[in-house]
Amino acid sequence: MKTDKTINIRIAGLGGMGILKSSQILAEVLFRAGYDVKKAEVHGMSQRGGSVTSDIRFGKEVLSPMIPNGETDFLLVLAPEEIEIQRPALRPNGILINATSFNNVALPNRKSLNIAMLGTLSRYLDLPVEVWREMILEIFPEKLHASNLAAFEAGRNLVN
Amino acid sequence: MSERQLLSGNEAVALGALHAGCARGTGYPGTPSTEILEYYDVIGGQAEWAPNEKVAAEVALGVAFAGARAMVTMKHVGLNVAADVLFTCAYSGVQGALVFVVADDPGLASSQDEQDTRRYGIAAGVPILEPANSQESYDYIRLAFAISARWKTPVILRMTTRVSHTTSVVQPVDTPEPPASPHFVRDIPGRVMVPGHARIKHKALRAKLAEIQEWCETEGPNTLIPGQSGIGIVSSGIASMHAREAAPEAAFLKLGMTYPLPFKLILNFLKNQTQRFVIEENDPFLVEQIRAAGGHVPWNPELYRMGELTVDRVRRILKGDTTPEPPLPKGRPPNLCNACPHGYVFEILKKHDCIVAGDIGCYTLAALPPLSAMDSQICMGASIGVGLGLRHVLPEVEARRVVSVIGDSTFMHSGLTGVTEMVFNPPPTGHVLIVLDNHTTAMTGQQENPATGRRLDHTPTNRIMIEEVVKAMGIKNVTVLDPVRQNAELEDTLLKALKTNELTVIVARQPCLLAAGRIRSYEQQTRNTP
Repeated sequence: MKTDKTINIRIAGLGGMGILKSSQILAEVLFRAGYDVKKAEVHGMSQRGGSVTSDIRFGKEVLSPMIPNGETDFLLVLAPEEIEIQRPALRPNGILINATSFNNVALPNRKSLNIAMLGTLSRYLDLPVEVWREMILEIFPEKLHASNLAAFEAGRNLVN
Repeated sequence: MSERQLLSGNEAVALGALHAGCARGTGYPGTPSTEILEYYDVIGGQAEWAPNEKVAAEVALGVAFAGARAMVTMKHVGLNVAADVLFTCAYSGVQGALVFVVADDPGLASSQDEQDTRRYGIAAGVPILEPANSQESYDYIRLAFAISARWKTPVILRMTTRVSHTTSVVQPVDTPEPPASPHFVRDIPGRVMVPGHARIKHKALRAKLAEIQEWCETEGPNTLIPGQSGIGIVSSGIASMHAREAAPEAAFLKLGMTYPLPFKLILNFLKNQTQRFVIEENDPFLVEQIRAAGGHVPWNPELYRMGELTVDRVRRILKGDTTPEPPLPKGRPPNLCNACPHGYVFEILKKHDCIVAGDIGCYTLAALPPLSAMDSQICMGASIGVGLGLRHVLPEVEARRVVSVIGDSTFMHSGLTGVTEMVFNPPPTGHVLIVLDNHTTAMTGQQENPATGRRLDHTPTNRIMIEEVVKAMGIKNVTVLDPVRQNAELEDTLLKALKTNELTVIVARQPCLLAAGRIRSYEQQTRNTP
């Protein structure tokens, strides 16, 4: 998927679900792959359990950090109640990666759902899989390495 | 070549300050500016949280008077607190360099108003730079220091939420500037702003600004992008990014310095355009100035003055679309955490139908349903003054229900003068102040403050005990209670205090649930270091 066009990814959910962490990993992976990247998020009151979204845009040159309405190529929603709120952001034929599809996926723990969803996303993006794994190891403390790598694999295997 | 990095705008400001030889960063936490000093500390800068923005600015000015470079960070409303420093240090000028980094919050992601800091540039006569991404945040903070050092003037770096909190690529310079060696040079007429000195300095300030304006015309951080559509757009900051995406064919003049403005450059640009727009966030700051200078630019419809801009909204402006906008997606609002100690206090206030003059912090969330237990929130420290005002004029039965509520960090920021008023001009029914002391500045992400006894980097320092301070100031009844374990006693103390005509301060002390673990580990470290 080497392209000059800007690709738009949104990760949405509630405070405490690891949205900022997963968007940090995604942005670093894209940066290391040589893309111009912008990651925009609103924090502040997110610690208090409110809605959180993070927009990640990449391509040759990214201008606005926020995804225009209806132009999201990949929408990752961690909280089922946020899906209908976020759906209008999706482009026609855009891909929705939804928390409920992971209900029957065995994850080492539910806290790593954010990383499992990145695993699924990674199947759609033409980026070297080692870079993803490298970033997971870099960002998490050692005791969380195994569980997050396993979650990432489980997410990857969700797509045929 | 030094390595490219992925940094937020706030991190880029910190790195740029370090690379510009900044000797000290001061500030008070406030979304979206908080991470600047935290990151500055992490990468090796000397950083401190001051009790409030005014003191932070004064410390920074002292550093600059000593011939070194200083940065002071705050959110937009913080500059109101520091404005007294800003206006007069524009006259005195500086010896080293002084940059005010001020982060605006268009769209009110986490603020009480949408004020536009650029107004302060004109009002105080202080140059303003407006970055649009992390690279510019890095470049413009260094430029701000350079301008400040060259013209001996303070400079404002105006950030906005989206610039502060967007991560993008930064190419740092290869050779950072070394910090200056501070030394004192006496300059009484230059720094003692009595009328005789200040009259001369005012003239000097206007002359400096005229010089900076001339410099900006030819050497300022302004970018011209030619277009093919006959549409010409003047823009600045993050708005320029939305505009370039919304109108890829248009010609652009992107202004990096928005005060003083390069009018010759602007008018010359506009002359060649058939259709002209100014795209800016918040107030029509550029529009007003350009029109006053004789430029033919239209006012944007008033509705776009409110809220942050987006690519979609800029498209609407360019089409002249003033039809109602689609509502913003309604997510779940923030709330007090489950079992938050603040909640226990507000349950009591609600039960007894108290009239609550509130303040700024997590506890402001108690104003939202289901608690709905706060009646006013205006600015830092206002709980005490507003509560006293209510008590002075309300009929006695109502006056006796008035309680002021303030957090520990907000108390240290602006509560002390409120307590002074309470002791100096007590209402006939007395007054009750509750200080919610959760041992941290929780809302902005758990920063230290003078009442925690730890500095910005969480190492120990002198601790100010709120109960001792208010006792020394003359408050007769001072009680410290745990709002969770001594809940009944707290209720009892409050009800008794409301009946007397005396002054009462109740310190409701229990660490923030989210911060408690970290606070314990800081305390552990302190005990382990001899």
